Order: sequence, then C-alpha cells, then structure tokens
Amino acid sequence: MFTRRARRASVWGVVFGALLLAQEVSTERPARSGPPERLRDTGLYKDWGTRTIAPGNLPFTPQYPLWSDGAAKSRWLHIPPGTFIDASNPDVWQFPVGTRLWKEFRFARRAETRFMERTRAGWQFATYVWNEDESEAVLAPAEGVRWNVPIADGIRHAIPSQADCRACHEAGPVRVLGVTALQLSSERDPNAPHAEIPAPGAVDLQTLVARRLVRGLPRALADTPPRIAAPTPTARAAIGYLHANCGSCHSDAGELKSLAFALDYTLDGPPEQAAAVLQTAVGRLSHFKVPAAEDVVERVCAGKPDKSVVVARMSSRNPLLQMPPLGSRIVDEEAVQLIRRWIAEDVAPAPGLTVVR
Amino acid sequence: MRSKWSRVAMTAAAVALLAGAGGAGERAAQAQGPTRPAAPGSQKENAAAVARGKYLVTAAGCHDCHTPWKMGANGPEPDMSLALSGHPAAMTLPPPPAPSGPWIASSTATNTAWAGPWGISYTANLTPDPETGLGQWTEQQFIDTIRTGRRQGRGREILPPMPWPAFKNYNDADLKAMFAYLRAVPAMKNKVPDPVLAAPPR
Repeated sequence: MFTRRARRASVWGVVFGALLLAQEVSTERPARSGPPERLRDTGLYKDWGTRTIAPGNLPFTPQYPLWSDGAAKSRWLHIPPGTFIDASNPDVWQFPVGTRLWKEFRFARRAETRFMERTRAGWQFATYVWNEDESEAVLAPAEGVRWNVPIADGIRHAIPSQADCRACHEAGPVRVLGVTALQLSSERDPNAPHAEIPAPGAVDLQTLVARRLVRGLPRALADTPPRIAAPTPTARAAIGYLHANCGSCHSDAGELKSLAFALDYTLDGPPEQAAAVLQTAVGRLSHFKVPAAEDVVERVCAGKPDKSVVVARMSSRNPLLQMPPLGSRIVDEEAVQLIRRWIAEDVAPAPGLTVVR
Repeated sequence: MRSKWSRVAMTAAAVALLAGAGGAGERAAQAQGPTRPAAPGSQKENAAAVARGKYLVTAAGCHDCHTPWKMGANGPEPDMSLALSGHPAAMTLPPPPAPSGPWIASSTATNTAWAGPWGISYTANLTPDPETGLGQWTEQQFIDTIRTGRRQGRGREILPPMPWPAFKNYNDADLKAMFAYLRAVPAMKNKVPDPVLAAPPR
C-alpha cells in the first residue's frame, strides 16, 4: 500500500532523479553530432568518383611546411561565402564559423586526410584513413592508428589521435597553423627545407586580400609581404623552420609558456625581433637533460651545434628524446643540417648574457 | 508507517541523486563541507579544493604507485614519509625478469618500478619540488597530461601502468582539485630515473 507521504516521496524521487540524470547526460553530449563518417561527406570533393575538388575549396601551400616524414601533401581552405578572415591581429587570425580545412598526406599512396572545421561550438578536428586501394577514406578512431602505411624500412606512419590533434592545434592562441600571413606571404623563402612549389591555383596572402577573404590586415603587411627579418639566408630559413615545426607549442603565448622557450616568429614586433627566437634559446639552459651527454646543456650553444640540446633532440627519434614528440618517426636530416649550419655560422653569443649553471 | 515501496522509492531517489551529482568528486565535496560555494580564488576556496583533492588522490589510488611501499607491522604499506615522491632515485635494481607465458608485467616491492612489453617505467615524483617534481607545472599542463597521456599535455607519451585512460574521465574541477592538493603536499627532491624503452614492434 502507498501512503500519501510515500507516494509524494516516490514521485519527487523519480522527478529529481530524472532531472539530475538528464542534466548529467546533457553535459556529456557533444555540442554537435561531430564530423561525418566518410571523407567524401565533408564537402572536399565535387565529384568523389573522379576526386574532383569542389570549386570553393582553395588550395594553399605554406612556405615553411611541417615535416611529416617526407609525406607529400595537398591542402585546401574553405571560407563560407560572404564571410572573411579577420587578420587585424597578424599573428592570430580569426576564422569565421563554417571555415573548413583539409590536408591530404601521401606516401606510396594516400594515407590520411586531416580535417578541421570551425563550428559554432568551436573547432573540431578529425582525420580520415584511406584504405589500401584508395576507394574510401573513413573517420579514424579517436585514439588514432599507431601503425598505418609503411614509410621506411620497419617504420610505419602514425595517424594522430584526437588528443594529438589538440596537442599541436590547441597549444597556443592559433588553431590554423598553415594559413597565416607569414606562411602564405608571396615573399617565399627559397631556402626553406622541403619548400614546395605552390599548388596550381593556390591562394596566397595577396590573392586572399584581393578577394576580400582576408580583411583588416595591417597596412604595412598588405603593402610589403611579410618575411622573416634575419641577417643571412641561412638564419631566415632556420628561424622559419623552427617557427613552423616547433613554434605552435614553444611559444610565449600558449600552454607551454612556463618553459620560457619561444620559437615562434611573430609579425607584430619590430623588424629586428628575429632575435626573439634567440633570446630564449641561445645560451639558455634546457630543462631537459640529454641522456649520456652531460655537456649538452644549452638550448642553442652559439657556434656549437654538437653542444645544443635543440640539435640533439631533433636528431633523435628515441621517443623519450625526440622533438617534435609526436607526428614524426624519421629524422628530418635536411633540417638538422640547416640548424647545425645556422648555429655554427650565424649564431653569436647573446650580448650581455651569462650562462648560469 | 512507510511501506516497502516507499523505501524502494527513497532508495532509488538517493541513488539517482548520487549518480546525477557528477561522480566521486562531487560526492567528496558534499561530504566535506557546506554546499555554499566559496568566493573564486579565495583562501577558503583553495582550502576546499585541497581537501577535495586529497580525497580524490587517496581514493584514486595514487599512493599505490607514486608512494614507495615498505614492509610494515601488518605487511606491505605505502611509506608516507615519502608520500607521492615517486620511485626512489637511490634505489639500484637488477634487470627485470623476462616475461614468461601469460605473465606479462612485473613490479618491484616498492611498487614504483614496472617492467613489461613497453620497457621499464618508474613512477613520477608528484610533489611540488621545482627541479624533480611538478613544481614548475601549471594547472593546465597537469590537466592536459591526464587528458592526453603526454607529459605536460604535449611531450612524450606516459607509459604503463599509469591509468590515465581511466583518469582522463575526471572533470576539470576534479583534476584542478587534485592538482591543488599536489601543490600543497611537502616538496621532496627525488630525481626519478628516465624510463627504459623496449624496441617498438615492427
């Protein structure tokens, strides 16, 4: 038998329980349904059968490409009609809701196509794994694929996990790393490691501004395409490489700023600020102890690449030592040679700096 | 007199309330003080976070591996004089036994060094010592570490048996409370050795 009090208690119990459970469920539910299951449904292609790219997707080619173990890459940008990128902060462009980007990675065959989209809820990241005969590309599992296509003897490509995507793209204030004023400048660096010839029809800073897809760019950068101010071509290429490959995490504007180690090159400073890269590197002690190399203690040791932690770490693919710590399983030998040459020939001890040991 | 059904209903409501309240962390907060929230950033709020963090760190079993175990009067127990300081740097170890049959991993009596197919891992110093512990870490780096399984959220991968894939399900408030507690424990200088990696599968 239910007493009145018991009935009231049971009703309130169920109501409270249901409300609280519903609240719990609703906070766990993603803000939207997430990226499509198949690459062909992301809007990249006009015709999947012929792999024809949809006309609104603009190819672009950064001047300092990210090293991805020698993968050949193609990249596309989609800005929704009637919208534009706000470039008033030249280092932190604001992309409109609906922006989409794709990057295709190829080794012996297509391996993956990475996809990012700015939704109303924020940026979402995904990658699509191509099958053996390239007839389909499907959403990768959240944990990635640790061993994908072979890329060298005994080495396979790793498809990044969701956390890996965020590790680089959410390390600082900029989510889109390849579409920036410096990366798309028409003043391209001919000495950039693995410099690519711009894809046919590729947009650059000038064309994006002319098409009003980029607005608010500071006048000085619109008039004079940005380039890294450096004393020598080697220094320019080295600083550009470090910016593109290391600067998304190693920045004083991001989650690792507590390391006080900035390798990103910003455009909002005075032209001579190439030295900013040097200020936190040259003669500065690394927090990292290189195993079995007790005399390698400075991040960049002026004139001495063999004594520079940066060189030791980018020359290694021991997972405990390597830099970058993800996204690469093969040393970028061309870049190591460039950085070694830069440190040996162009890097002078920082003025007035005493190394504290 | 209450009927059997009323008791069932009350029990169901209580279970639903607990289930809906956001997991162990929320329950801990309820157990540890008034529900009225303290002002953000206040001393009272920090003290509440530290208390809740202590509860979470204790209940989650962090001491099981990050505090070296010793033999006590009643058998093995964590040596709380070394609480959360990780694998003792001074301890020298012979090579681990080779895996045999279905037995895949082994650990030392301190529970701070583990060997398995990944190699050898040593539990980290979680105390706020700036040189050898988490003293220079930010709260966000701690959260990112647990969420991504990478040191400071962006560095090398964390090795087994650290159960970060389970702990990543803690909400931000829980992880912040845990970090607040880890900042409040005594700092201990103990440079834990680097792990030894096994060759990756080909």
